[in-house]
Parts: sequence; structure tokens; C-alpha cells
Amino acid sequence: MKYMLLIYNNAATMAAMSEEERTAIFGAVDDIMGELTESGELVGGEALADPSNTKTVRVRDGVPATTDGPFAESKEQFAGYLMVECETPDRAVEIAARWPDASRWAMEVRPVMSADGLEM
Amino acid sequence: MTGATRVEDLLRGLAPQVLGTLVRRHGQFDACEDAVQEALLAAALQWPQEGLPANPHAWLITVASRRLTDQWRSESARRGREDVAAAQEPPGAQVAPAPGDDAARGDDEDDTLTLLFLCCHPALSGASQVALTLRAVGGLGTAEIARAFLVPEATMAQRISRAKQQIKSSTIPFEQPAGDEHGERLGAVLHVLYVIFNEGYTASSGADLHRADLTAEAMRLTREVRRRLPADGEVAGLLALMLLTDARRPARTDADGALVPLAEQDRTRWHRPSIDEGTAIVTEALSQAPLGPYQLQAAIAAIHDEARSAQDTDWPQIVRLYGLLERLAPNPMVTLNQAVAIAMVDGPRAGLARLAALQDDGRLAEHHRLAAVRAHLLEQAGDIAAARDAYRAAARGTTSLAEQRYLDARADRLR
Repeated sequence: MKYMLLIYNNAATMAAMSEEERTAIFGAVDDIMGELTESGELVGGEALADPSNTKTVRVRDGVPATTDGPFAESKEQFAGYLMVECETPDRAVEIAARWPDASRWAMEVRPVMSADGLEM
Repeated sequence: MTGATRVEDLLRGLAPQVLGTLVRRHGQFDACEDAVQEALLAAALQWPQEGLPANPHAWLITVASRRLTDQWRSESARRGREDVAAAQEPPGAQVAPAPGDDAARGDDEDDTLTLLFLCCHPALSGASQVALTLRAVGGLGTAEIARAFLVPEATMAQRISRAKQQIKSSTIPFEQPAGDEHGERLGAVLHVLYVIFNEGYTASSGADLHRADLTAEAMRLTREVRRRLPADGEVAGLLALMLLTDARRPARTDADGALVPLAEQDRTRWHRPSIDEGTAIVTEALSQAPLGPYQLQAAIAAIHDEARSAQDTDWPQIVRLYGLLERLAPNPMVTLNQAVAIAMVDGPRAGLARLAALQDDGRLAEHHRLAAVRAHLLEQAGDIAAARDAYRAAARGTTSLAEQRYLDARADRLR
């Protein structure tokens, strides 16, 4: 079963951290990524640029409108994701709990839909 | 095209025999497996161009052995002078074969089975068992396996190499388990083959041919096992179950790829030769071997496949077979399926009563398939509002786009 682990954090708080704190976070991330790669559970993942680079696109009546933002500096924002394939949902939760952002902000664990299906 | 296909079929059949021979000679499953993959690749490129060698098996052994020697040489060069002496001898002590062992055992046939036991060893994770079985026994390349399982090639390569490392570090011997362990380990092998089959069977048709090919591969490997263990009722039962299930594949989705429930399938599209073969196999097994879960599931599938319509189906017999299955291998999914059959015999309310036990049981309480069966039975019972809610709950719970589409469509019809 594939799960997407959505990483939420606050970029402003992250930026205000000390160099040591950030290094510790990156170290923890490297450790988990290494473990997931080695176990064959890692399917993919990306980190997103700072929320200030966000553009929102809406098409209404066939007309696209692009605006900058939203920037909610005080809020937790979607910052990146991991895609894993695990034997159990508990394992996906366990991975999320070890991700450093879970200790300060939050991780969401979402099962991924597949095209496969069984007739009923 | 046909030439290349023939070469591919030949190679896939030879792959486990060649690997088995090498592992018995040299030990070092992981290194041998790499060498065999390289030899298979070389053959796949050369043979269609240059024609088959006089003895394909010997050709592969020679090429793979050369790769193995090259590998040991480069390793010993890398490791430096102090290790050279040790590295010149293939370090195969962990699975040391007796000299002349090849001749004594006589057949490469057993090697395929021994390899399957190794690849499905309980020390490996489920995902690794599946990946290693398809590569080492099925002779598939890592890229093909990755494509079939919809993961990046690097992920699949890692699963395979990890599995090989685990085999290496746990020094699992290259031999078939004996005594009581044989039955247990054979059960693990059959389970892996069934998982591979289901991966292919549930693949949405058309969109994903690579995944669908997994059913053919699972059936091919199960046939190989059966050829070596013809008296085993569960091996026969699994092959029959696969044949009888796969026979319905042409009718399980409509022209748009939407799922069609068993009761509404166009049975003229079922594959008759598979039904005949599967029925014959399970009938023979049931009369000659001790009863087992795969045989019972195959027997149930045979009853469905032989009925001209859902109404014509021998439902009382299916209820009895699920009852036996529940005693032999208790599982909430069995109860769920039995409830459907009970509803056909005694009416939807009787089926719903059977489901009540599952709701209390907890293991399946949140499962979308329980909600889906409840929805069907509620609809049959005329409780339209409750049926609609149950279909919606099932649609929310599933992680299958095809099932969600079906369930939402059912709910929409009850508006």
C-alpha cells in the first residue's frame, strides 16, 4: 500500500532557528531517508520552496487568473511530501512520527488511490 | 517477434535451473543471481540474432560462470593484496555443495523449487519475497518488475538487493526444508504466488498490461511447482483457483473499464478452456488429497464458473463450502463472502444477520468491503436509504479508483 506523508511546517519559525537546530533536523531527515531507501519503502518525495514563491491559478469561464500567494506566515503550510510503500498503515504512521516536522508541527498520512480494483 | 518471444520463454524457464546449478556449485546466492541476470541479458540480445546455441542451458552456465569469475577477480583486486588468497577461492562455504552433488541429485528440476523456497523465506519482507521470486525464479528484469509494481526502478532494485543481503547474512541453506517445515514453507511459497496473481488480476484492464501479465507469470510458476509436487492438493488447488478466477477476467470490466459485479457479468465471455482445466484439477485434488483452503476456494470458484447465471448458481453448496473454509482457515473475509451466499439462499435479511458478527468482530468493522456487501444486501432488502449510505461509506473507504467509481454509481442509482 502506498502512502503520501504530507509535511507541514512554518517556514518563518524554521528560518528563525539556530544553525545547530537546523543541522539536527537535516541530520534526522537524512537518517530516515537512508533507512527508507535501504528498506525499499521509499518511492519518492520532494521538498517545496518557501511559501513566498507560491502562485495560485484559477480558471473561470475559460479565463486563467494567476495571483501570488497565499502567504500565511503565521500558519503551518504544506512544505513537501514523502511517498512510501509500506506493509501496514501503522508503519506509515511510525515513519511520519519520526519525521522531525511532526515534533514541532504536523505530518498527514494519506493512503494513495490505485487504479486496481476487485469486482464485488 | 515470435522468435524473440520463443527465446524469452525459453530463457525464463531456464533461469531458475541455471541459477540453482550455480548456487549449488559456488554458494553466494547474491553474486550468482547477478551473474545469471547478466547471462540472461546477453542471451536475449544474442540468440534472436545468431540463433540458439546447441545447448542453451550449458551456454548460460558458461556465460554466467565467466561473469562470476570476473566479478570475484575485480573484487579481489579492489580488496587489495592481503585478501587475494582468500578471494581466489569462491567463498561458498555457507552453502557448500558436495563434489559431484549435481550428478547425485541428478535434476535441475528440484532447483527451481529450492529457489522458490529460498526466495519466499519467512525472514524476508512480503515485498522482498515477491520481488526476488519474480527476478530469481521468474527470470524477469528489475525494470520490468518495477514497472509491474508501479514503483521506481531504484526502489525495486533496493528491495531485491536487500532481500539478497538478508539471505546472505542469515546463511539460509540452499536446500529444501524437510519434515513439518516443508509444509509451512510451501504455504509461504503458495502465498507469494497468490499475491503475484492478485496484483495482476486486480489491475485495471487495458491501462496496465504490464501488471496484468503478472497473472500469467503467477500461473506459470504455479504450474512449475505442480509439475514437481503433483500429489500436493493445495498446489493443485491454487492453480485451479487461479485458472477459475482468471477465466472471468474478460467479463469483469466493461468497455469503459468499469467493474462489473459477478452477478451481472456476460458469462459467454468467460474463458471456457481455463474453466474446464481448473475444474478438472480441483475435482481430482478434492478426491485424492487432504482438504485445504485453496482447494475449497477453487471449488467455490468452479461452482460460480459452471453456473449459467447468478440465479442458477448452487448457492447452498457455496454456503457449505464457506462453512468448511471458515473452520479450516478462519478469516473475516470468508464470513463476508458467506453472508452473500446466505442471502442468495435465505434472503437478504439472513445475509445481513451474518454480517452483524463482523461488525462486532472489529477486524473488518471499518473495512470498505463490509460496507459494500451491506449496501448490496440492504438494496436487495428494499432498504434504499440505508443502502445508499452504505454504498457511500464503502466508496469513501476504498483506496481503489475503480471500486470507488462502481460504488458511487450504485449509490447514484438509488437516488
